[in-house]
Amino acid sequence: MSTIATDEHAPTLKFESVERHRVLATILALAVFPLLMPFHALATNILLFGLFAAGYNLTFGYTGKLSFGHAAFYGTGAYACGILISQYGVHWSLAIAAGVTLGGLTAFVMGLLAIRTRGIYFAMVTLALAQCVYFIGFHATSLTGGDNGLRGVNVPAISIGPISIDLLQPFTRYYFMLTFVAFAVWLLSRILNSPFGAVLEAIRENEQRARASGFNIERAKLLSFVLSGLFCGLAGALTAINLSTVGIDIISYHTSGQVMMVTLLGGMGTFFGPFVGAGTFLAMEHVVTAFTERWQLIVGLMFMGLVLFFPKGIWGTILEWVKK
Amino acid sequence: MELSFSLLVQQLFIGLALGSIYVLIGVGLSLIFGLLTVVNFAHGAFYMVGAYVAVYIFEKTGNFWACLVLVPLAVGALGLATERWLVRPLYGRGLDYPLLLTFGLAYVLVDSVRMIFGVQGEHFSTPELLQGTVDMGFGPFPIYRIFLVGLCATLLLALWLFIEKTRLGLIVRAGSRDPLVLKVLGIDVDRVWLLIFGIGTALAGLAGLLAAPLRGVNPEMGGPVLIEAFVITVIGGMGSLVGAIVAGLLVGVVVAMTTLFQPELAELSIFALMALVLIVRPNGLFGREGLMS
Repeated sequence: MSTIATDEHAPTLKFESVERHRVLATILALAVFPLLMPFHALATNILLFGLFAAGYNLTFGYTGKLSFGHAAFYGTGAYACGILISQYGVHWSLAIAAGVTLGGLTAFVMGLLAIRTRGIYFAMVTLALAQCVYFIGFHATSLTGGDNGLRGVNVPAISIGPISIDLLQPFTRYYFMLTFVAFAVWLLSRILNSPFGAVLEAIRENEQRARASGFNIERAKLLSFVLSGLFCGLAGALTAINLSTVGIDIISYHTSGQVMMVTLLGGMGTFFGPFVGAGTFLAMEHVVTAFTERWQLIVGLMFMGLVLFFPKGIWGTILEWVKK
Repeated sequence: MELSFSLLVQQLFIGLALGSIYVLIGVGLSLIFGLLTVVNFAHGAFYMVGAYVAVYIFEKTGNFWACLVLVPLAVGALGLATERWLVRPLYGRGLDYPLLLTFGLAYVLVDSVRMIFGVQGEHFSTPELLQGTVDMGFGPFPIYRIFLVGLCATLLLALWLFIEKTRLGLIVRAGSRDPLVLKVLGIDVDRVWLLIFGIGTALAGLAGLLAAPLRGVNPEMGGPVLIEAFVITVIGGMGSLVGAIVAGLLVGVVVAMTTLFQPELAELSIFALMALVLIVRPNGLFGREGLMS
């Protein structure tokens, strides 16, 4: 009897051990990824958009708040980093730090206004406030370049002590970015495993009950929003360096919509889902746009199908299937 | 710039005319949310489709009045189909899912219109009868804008009569309070919701037609409008029709006035207004407590 039970649970146990080391598993998967993927520039885009989605997932998947304003954190992170490098010649490490800070700061200000609103209101308020940030970026042409975008965010090579890393080479650039993503993934896992992470999931499951249990819901929601903003700011700052330019579209509501779609496609509230979503979405875009101009139509239809039939997303469905 | 009293009055009126279009969009969005608790992210896309249907019908008939009748019917029919086959399966699965679905639908509608009409946009001129201006003592007023305000007021009156005075309106009001009790009383709630979604989208389509001579027609025209409609709903209070009317007119006037004094801030002014309302009254000016939870 006991032998049968062990046999039945063997695959589950194996998977659980992978899940317990989810940080290591995620980093390993991301480290192997460019070896299997022939387009290294695309791989880097996927890595960074995955980080953006992972940061977004903290708000959307784990706290259960549907935000349509995350482009603002991603965008301000990218612009802060890009402007400091291209116009003031600031060292790349400080520029990235500034991008992270501004992403978090934008989230803090937006959160102060939006957190008080409940439920579905949140999506509308965050969308409107992000659009406000978009207009500011659009009109501040002397800093952002406005409609023309920001050019010349060039970091051709970096040197840490005796080691010099050539960032013009897509393969090495990927692994340079991966060090930041690896750190972020580790930090994200720590946050989710902490008592604070449990409070966030309690809010997602039932806000009233979490409040009744004596948690300060408003503060937890704001903190989760700011943390999410920090991760998205990092993703934005790295994206600015990766692309050497920042376009104003990075703050538009299309970007907010895209990160939401990517997260849902991968599996909201799953640890690895955002990276799966980013990989699927960007790879599909890469292939489909080569054949047809109707990518948006396909995205829309795919997304409607996802909402109607596969709300758990790719990774969420796989997890469910493995755990059965 | 010389600032005269008549210029201020003219600009105020231009704001009210713009506000009339906002009111139609905001009322539709609020109606749908108040009853169905669906945030229609495709509302801007229905508005855009309305403008393109108008372009098509005007090309075929050359008659603006035919557009005025047929556009709401066509867009309303599209709304009915959307509710019946796309939104309805999602009831009971949480507020986020219909929102996400309509977000995807907006992509499909925008790209379909691009495929049929092209990306470059269309011109839609003011009907001949409504061209020109009329002097009402404060300087010239464009007739088309007077027509807008009048039409919007008539439609709102009709909507008010429908909701307050008819039997169906009574059901609608009861449904916004407690749909479950309504169901228990033996009323087919699904059909009421279908009708409301149809009316809401028809209003959005009509707003698209009415805005076409003022703002032009292009596939992307719905995006900014959706955000403006959200700002109006947040200011007025979710699900409140009076709130949508007051906030729509207010936003129209604020946009027109900032355009007069500081044109570059016109786009930002409505967000400042929204932020102010959120700080003072998080539920909006006419919002009901507890609707959101």
